Amino acid sequence: MRKFLLMSCVGAAALLANGAAFANDELIQLSKDPKQWALPTGDYANHRFSKLDQINSDNVKRLTPVWSFSTGVLRGHEGGPLVIGSVMYFNTPFPNIVYALDLNHDGKILWKYEPKQDPNVIPVMCCDTVNRGVAYADGKIFQYQADTTLVALDAKSGAVVWSVKNGDPSRGETGTSAPQVVKDKVLVGISGGEFGVRGSLTAYDLKTGKKAWRGYSMGPDSDTLIDPVNTTYLGKPVGKDSGINTWKGDQWKIGGGTTWGWYSYDPDLNLVYYGSGNPSTWNPKQRPGDNRWSMTVWARDADTGVAKWVYQLTPHDEWDYDAINEMILANQEMRKVLVHFDRNGFGYTIDRITGEPLVAEKFDPAVNWATKVDLDKSSKTYGRPLVVKEYSTEENGEDVNSQGICPAALGSKDEQPAAYSPITNLFYIPANHVCMDYEPFHVSYTAGQPYVGATLSMYPPKGESNMGNFTAWDAKNGKIVWQKKELFSVWSGALATAGNVVFYGTLEGYLKAVDATTGDELFKFKTPSGIIGNVMTYEHNGKQYVAVLSGVGGWAGIGLAAGLTKGTEGLGAVGGYAALSNYTALGGQLTVFALPSGL
Amino acid sequence: MAPGGFIPCTHFLNKDSLVRISFLVGAFSFAFLFACGTSAMAEAPGDAKAVKQDDKGKYLDAKGDPTFSVKPDGTVDWYTYSGFRRYHSECHVCHGPDAEGSTYAPALKDSVKRLNYQEYFGIVVGGRQNLAGGENKVMPALGDNKNVMCYIDDIYVYLRARSDDSISRGRPQKHEDKPPLAADAERACLGDQN
Repeated sequence: MRKFLLMSCVGAAALLANGAAFANDELIQLSKDPKQWALPTGDYANHRFSKLDQINSDNVKRLTPVWSFSTGVLRGHEGGPLVIGSVMYFNTPFPNIVYALDLNHDGKILWKYEPKQDPNVIPVMCCDTVNRGVAYADGKIFQYQADTTLVALDAKSGAVVWSVKNGDPSRGETGTSAPQVVKDKVLVGISGGEFGVRGSLTAYDLKTGKKAWRGYSMGPDSDTLIDPVNTTYLGKPVGKDSGINTWKGDQWKIGGGTTWGWYSYDPDLNLVYYGSGNPSTWNPKQRPGDNRWSMTVWARDADTGVAKWVYQLTPHDEWDYDAINEMILANQEMRKVLVHFDRNGFGYTIDRITGEPLVAEKFDPAVNWATKVDLDKSSKTYGRPLVVKEYSTEENGEDVNSQGICPAALGSKDEQPAAYSPITNLFYIPANHVCMDYEPFHVSYTAGQPYVGATLSMYPPKGESNMGNFTAWDAKNGKIVWQKKELFSVWSGALATAGNVVFYGTLEGYLKAVDATTGDELFKFKTPSGIIGNVMTYEHNGKQYVAVLSGVGGWAGIGLAAGLTKGTEGLGAVGGYAALSNYTALGGQLTVFALPSGL
Repeated sequence: MAPGGFIPCTHFLNKDSLVRISFLVGAFSFAFLFACGTSAMAEAPGDAKAVKQDDKGKYLDAKGDPTFSVKPDGTVDWYTYSGFRRYHSECHVCHGPDAEGSTYAPALKDSVKRLNYQEYFGIVVGGRQNLAGGENKVMPALGDNKNVMCYIDDIYVYLRARSDDSISRGRPQKHEDKPPLAADAERACLGDQN
């Protein structure tokens, strides 16, 4: 065992030293080694699953914090660490400090990189100054900063290898997402859907930072990299300029569809999968049409960026149900599928070769804005949600307050990534359980200023007091297997392990472990601040560790930090909902857990 | 003006900026002239009690600053209601629902207890920064943003009403009709209606 460990460390070191001709192969190899955590998503399939089983459902109750580290930054910590060999890498919210910590010496700082960024980027970040982590490949650490600078750092020294600017913060374009390295390219999206930013996915050369391709979410085919004949929507060619012809006039130019979620990759199909966000503005009356391709699941060729297929989940959005949540790649019998838990409250199982929806069912029973997604191929509304008029803010119109819509704008689930265990064949969803009133009204566009156009209030579903769930899902049948209530939204990425344990964090600051099969709570520990980061695990010197960043914030820190109080008349809420501020305060910290020695 | 950028107060004395801002804020430019340099010797906001209405149906306190009106049955004036709506579009993503604050921006229902109308106006127009002690707090300059500036008094009276719990959390259930001159002023301020 010891010898094997040593060998794997040497192997990782060799990779670090030499660089690899194909970062892809390197990353696939690294992500197969459960001792390391090489991708922000765990692996290309976005499983967030670890084969490590030293910590298991029998002994997890004895888990204990073994070391911790203050990041020196207070605001929302929405990412998670990587572990490559014996080095841990992670970054912070603005100012986006990157740390490399030595696991051989209790997290001693090997190097620290702090970029100098104009603080004027801070207020154009819609929902706190979060950053969802760094990526590794080819001996480099990649960070996508708030001001949209993508920087490649030498993994050994932290020295800047190259740097490129992906967007313009003075127009509201910002960086919050974790880069993903695919083959010889680094992929980054863009944030700013509340500022009329036109979303895009851009690929930069791993070695030089030279732009290889950029595919916009809307616009002419030359911008979207959509092939009118070969790119399909529900099995049919999309036709010419599909990114323009469902928009009024030039509105597509400020059309939104930003791309700040996670990116998965199927090496066999050579396709990259991700989702686009809300169309701008939030006032649907102001932008007639389907607003393609906002709210869309994308499959793009990793080399050229050309779209293979698109599937718009929420055409003509009226509720801010972004489709940016992660695509989890799995196999069902002989079929290659992707599973996606959308903000709109439906859990989709989609054929990832063709883009055909196979299953679309509610993963929270509270979802009421649509009765179902029409999966009848002969129907005129095939592939579309069947919207309930009462909850249609388009139908009710401007200056009318549509009430009791579930889910709220933050969705039944937001960016916080779910986990998938190939052992239980279950998906573990960190979920919100919040409804809203939504009143759209007219707004005017000014570059770099918020472009929202709706008034919202959010609260738990009628008669309920929990605002979050942790849900186990059967994606084959579209059924909830078990659901565990949480007081606040579960805004932390989950981790499933071969030890029959699933981990997640809560907004109060608890790291929790539950039985992967039954959902029974086995362990909890209250960290110094609310958790919106993603739980990960690694092995070092023969011992399994679990690590998570605390640091409350993000959208969860806005919508729910103030909580709800009793007597909010007309909302039908029962009881009093304590404010999150009664449970936790700001503070960025890494906490690392292990079993006590001698077990 | 750099969108989203911080504009030092002195810039407002520049004539071009003044004309531009005045175009946006119209009748409010008088107040804005007093927005700068008052923080050191700031006068606390006065009694919020409404003593009169202007020609647009806006309630004013004894100092002539905008304020709210809440009738015994809970009916609020139009501007307070409008302020509720605009606050929850433009401000709440940082300052939290119902002006209760968030993890990274202060509760404005408390801020307006300390800041008078002129100070409030100056901060909204010019922004402010607090980068000390790991805070990294930046309020953008919103002087260019019609969705804010055309409703800056509405938002102020809403916050004032929240500051002493004259209205509770959530949407005001009843409100007075929109005064005809308010509609005209709104159209003139917003300009385009594309």
